[in-house]
Amino acid sequence: MTIAPSVSDALPEPASAPPPGRARAASAAAWLRSRRPRVGTVLAVAFLVLLVVAALAPGLLTSQDPLAPGGGPGFLAPFRSPAHILGTDQDGRDLFSRLVHGTRASLEMGLGATAIAVTGGTVLGLLAGLGTRFTESLVMRLVDVVLAIPELLLALVVVALLGAGTVDALVAVGVATIPYYARMVRAQTHVVRRSAYVEAATALGLSRSAVIRRHVLPNAVRPLMVLAAIGTGTAIGVGASLSFIGLGAKPPAPEWGSMLSTAVPFISNDWALVALPGALITLTVLSVTVAGRALKRHSEGRTGR
Amino acid sequence: MSTSSAPQPAPPAPLVEVAGLRVRFGGRRAAPVVDGVSFSLARGECLGLVGESGSGKSVTARTLAGLTGQGAVVEYERLAFDGQDSGRFSESAWRSVRGARIGFVMQDALSSLDALRPVGREIAEPLRLHAPLTREQREEKVLALLESVGVPEPAFRAGQYPHELSGGLRQRALIASAIACDPDLVIADEPTTALDATVAAQVVELLQKVKTADRALLVISHDLAMVSRIADRVAVMRAGRIVEQGPTEEVLRRPSHPYTRELLAAVPSAASRGARLSPAPAPAARPRASTRSRQRPAPGTVLLRAADLTRSFTGADGVERRAVDGVSFTLAAGETLGIVGESGSGKTTTARIVLGLERTDAGTVALRDRPWSALSRAEQRDERRNLQVIHQDPLASFDPRHTVERVLAEALRVARVPRGPRRRERLLDLLDLVGLDAGMLRRRPAELSGGQRQRVAIARALAPEPEVVVCDEPVSALDVSVQARILDLLRDLQRDLGLAYLFISHDLGVVHHLSDRVLVMKDGAVVESGDVEDVFTRPAHPYTRTLLNAVPRLTTTGD
Amino acid sequence: MRAARLARRLGWRALAGVGVMWGAATASFFTLHGTAGDAALSTVSGQGADPTRAVLDQVRRDYGLDHPLWRQYTDYLGRLLHGNLGESYQQRVPVTHAIAGQLGGTVELAAGAVVVALVLAVGVGVLTAKRRRRWIGAASSGGELVLASMPTFVIGLLLLLVFSIGLGWFPVSGQEGLRSLVLPTFTLALPVAAILAQVLRSELEDVLEQPFVLTARARGMRDAGVRFRHALRHALIPLVTMSGAVVGWLLGGAVVTESLFNRQGIGQLMLTATTNKDIPLVVGVIIFTSLVYVVVNLVVDVAYTLVDPRVVTL
Repeated sequence: MTIAPSVSDALPEPASAPPPGRARAASAAAWLRSRRPRVGTVLAVAFLVLLVVAALAPGLLTSQDPLAPGGGPGFLAPFRSPAHILGTDQDGRDLFSRLVHGTRASLEMGLGATAIAVTGGTVLGLLAGLGTRFTESLVMRLVDVVLAIPELLLALVVVALLGAGTVDALVAVGVATIPYYARMVRAQTHVVRRSAYVEAATALGLSRSAVIRRHVLPNAVRPLMVLAAIGTGTAIGVGASLSFIGLGAKPPAPEWGSMLSTAVPFISNDWALVALPGALITLTVLSVTVAGRALKRHSEGRTGR
Repeated sequence: MSTSSAPQPAPPAPLVEVAGLRVRFGGRRAAPVVDGVSFSLARGECLGLVGESGSGKSVTARTLAGLTGQGAVVEYERLAFDGQDSGRFSESAWRSVRGARIGFVMQDALSSLDALRPVGREIAEPLRLHAPLTREQREEKVLALLESVGVPEPAFRAGQYPHELSGGLRQRALIASAIACDPDLVIADEPTTALDATVAAQVVELLQKVKTADRALLVISHDLAMVSRIADRVAVMRAGRIVEQGPTEEVLRRPSHPYTRELLAAVPSAASRGARLSPAPAPAARPRASTRSRQRPAPGTVLLRAADLTRSFTGADGVERRAVDGVSFTLAAGETLGIVGESGSGKTTTARIVLGLERTDAGTVALRDRPWSALSRAEQRDERRNLQVIHQDPLASFDPRHTVERVLAEALRVARVPRGPRRRERLLDLLDLVGLDAGMLRRRPAELSGGQRQRVAIARALAPEPEVVVCDEPVSALDVSVQARILDLLRDLQRDLGLAYLFISHDLGVVHHLSDRVLVMKDGAVVESGDVEDVFTRPAHPYTRTLLNAVPRLTTTGD
Repeated sequence: MRAARLARRLGWRALAGVGVMWGAATASFFTLHGTAGDAALSTVSGQGADPTRAVLDQVRRDYGLDHPLWRQYTDYLGRLLHGNLGESYQQRVPVTHAIAGQLGGTVELAAGAVVVALVLAVGVGVLTAKRRRRWIGAASSGGELVLASMPTFVIGLLLLLVFSIGLGWFPVSGQEGLRSLVLPTFTLALPVAAILAQVLRSELEDVLEQPFVLTARARGMRDAGVRFRHALRHALIPLVTMSGAVVGWLLGGAVVTESLFNRQGIGQLMLTATTNKDIPLVVGVIIFTSLVYVVVNLVVDVAYTLVDPRVVTL
């Protein structure tokens, strides 16, 4: 009934090396897979590069004036006139040019608000994570209070106090998202402080300040960058929402949200005036999110967890 | 095809037949994980499938229940359950076999039981799926099953959640759910891993009862000694192949395959004291006094003195428990003091107090007669260089951003080795000391094997040239052959560098193999201490005897 | 024992909720205090008169600005405890009345959206996570990603474009009958559903890898049984913890949705108050929404302990 042992493979295993070559081949394949970016990521990054060009040098993409009315007949449908590739809006302004020139406002909103939120969040989070119990509970109760107020409503309060406008909207969105980053940084700081590698560094004989500087801070803040990348997309969306309800950029300035809001009355005349800015906002947020997730996968892959 | 029909007369053919089984993941051209495995198993018989991690033993077992997993390519010459070609079973045919005729006890009872459901409902599940019972009958049957696997107060336990049960009770509950429908075949994957030795011994006893005259048992384990207690036959797997199989006695007494011999020799025990565990020959003695910047202490000097250490913690339930209760010991230069105990015995807390990572409520730790508490923070940091630690999970103890080079460089910085060629030289020296090559420097710990990681951790601990190294379960997460190499390395290092080890382990064999003296801990207190031979051959305390009896022993090692 | 611990835990949570409300009230007080003077001035000058010193003093007395700060603060807290949120500058009615008058429309909208979002998220998540055919999961997670990237007003406009303008199934705006509720409800629900479905899918994919799932399969359970009886409950836990955030998204989304579909509700109220700088009303709405947040979180906490037995004992 017993079956003879199969072909002997009595290779003495080299000291603690991973077993046979196939394991190495498999890990090489996994390595390649992890380094080869996905198609979606490539498209997203390409689109983001295009957006940055549009924001910094809109003249490279269009020569039409986004503000001059009467550049053509109003409500010109897309792809009808070579002069106005995407048609014109209700006042006869070139839609493509307005979309291109609107990029800057959106990117500024996304990056500016996120910068405020990340800075505020990091300071508060570290204060809570590294400070005394008293500072920690003080900061976290404050964060709790702000968290209890919906993001957009909090932005409305800031606008009500500061007034409507692009910069005010930017500050509003930034302040309203501080609590998320603060919570994340604090939680991460706690995880890192309790981690075995921080204890190992202590046992090794590193001083407390060296442990914090060399291990706690970098590891606590690192995941923040990924979160911030994804948060930038959200901030762009919220900023456009504020403009849409009339509390951000003011028409006739080319801004996607306010373009949409002025187009609403004409929604049954000209679908393109609504669909194109809407699609552009969506694509922008989507690209930022996809790129942010790729960054996240990359950073998780590096730590091997 | 229905399998829930009336019992058929026992067929003459074996219950399970496997021939030429090959399993690949990720396509037909991927390298096989299981590579031409053949065996058979009859009713009333127990087969032990033994191998180290990655040997393909669990995949083989899952294939027997049709649970190989998505994306698996299964090829075979014969794959039969009770005479039927189980390789061709449809999914619905498998469903009527699984749970009813094949009971599966998966690895790790805590994660194998649904955490959100009382264990009673988990045990009732196969009954609900396969047996025509009313709810009341099912509940009755669940209680009977719990009773039969030795769970006290079954009615109370059935209502508890997995996390409320002890490890042993959880494992019993999982076994109860596997045998609920009285299956013909029971597969148990690592049924005793992560259990304390005394509990594991009870589970082994239970499994012996699970194997009945008309039921076959397949036990999968990395632990040859445990398997030898239950199995009638063993099959040793390595890299997807069965290298040797036969009656248990015969394989243990006269192993025919070198790998089996290596495995048997790798198990540390009383008999292996002073001998090497791994096949690699001992490196020539390399006295390193020349590279050492400080004077090495004379053998016998007391380096570490712990007196009356006590520490209490308040549990989640608000009750205060003594984790460490009046522990005292000394450690002299060049010797190894073992601390053994089961989980919760306070051995790790003791180590943390010694390392100054945990305070002690009473008592003192003194390094060279200087108590920790009397030192300033800066002096403590200085003193830490003399007292280093190796953890059970080295990966967690490395900053995930750092390469091996940065890990070691930081340790050398702490040791005040100046940046530059000196540090580089010491770095390569350290790698050489632990048997790694310079190619490792640019890798991250996450990319290394378990054994390599532990070597890096040892190198880091050696960087400040310590006199005492606290080893907290340094080999318990490793396969036995890797464990053998690490234990050999630790012994070589002690010989070459004159290190003193405080060696903490739950594994009596490992402690017996390595230690000069031993402390046996239970519930925070030392129940017995003394010379390792005295304590382990003539135990004075009943608890030590219980521990020793629970350890599965290989009856013979082949020579 | 378990019940006692549960009670203690909920007691702590309730206390924390009171703390949040107190913080919100304090912040509101200082906001009001910082702007009350201007507001007083603007109400008076709004009547076209050139305010004399006597008139301004009168206004200050009316608003209690002549009291010491701590007195004003305690008075304010006292009024809040009696449910008095002050009076709207613009509408000249108590803030509580203004909120109560607009509550119905928003509750109708938000309740519908919660139901739609949950049904969509659970349905899509459970049916598409970890299927043998990989494209099912990929397609639905792609769809979720696009939906989650769309700001609420873009979704609303898209729905209007297709279902009102294009197909003519639903009215463009208004608040009459169920048909007028469909598009706003979906506008509010879709982004929430997309995010919840993403969380649920990634959680389910984790859970379906767990040993207890394999054990359930090894007992002969069918795939649907494994998904619904075992995996779903585990995957719902993170969803439950997100309820607070969901409340925020719904209230924030309500501002945009109500504005887009021209519906009455808290969102519109807040928006008008903001554009009019009607600070007492703005602050009143904020206090009200924090109360909703605190209450929802307490309820969720109870639900959480019912779903996960480990919470209380751990």
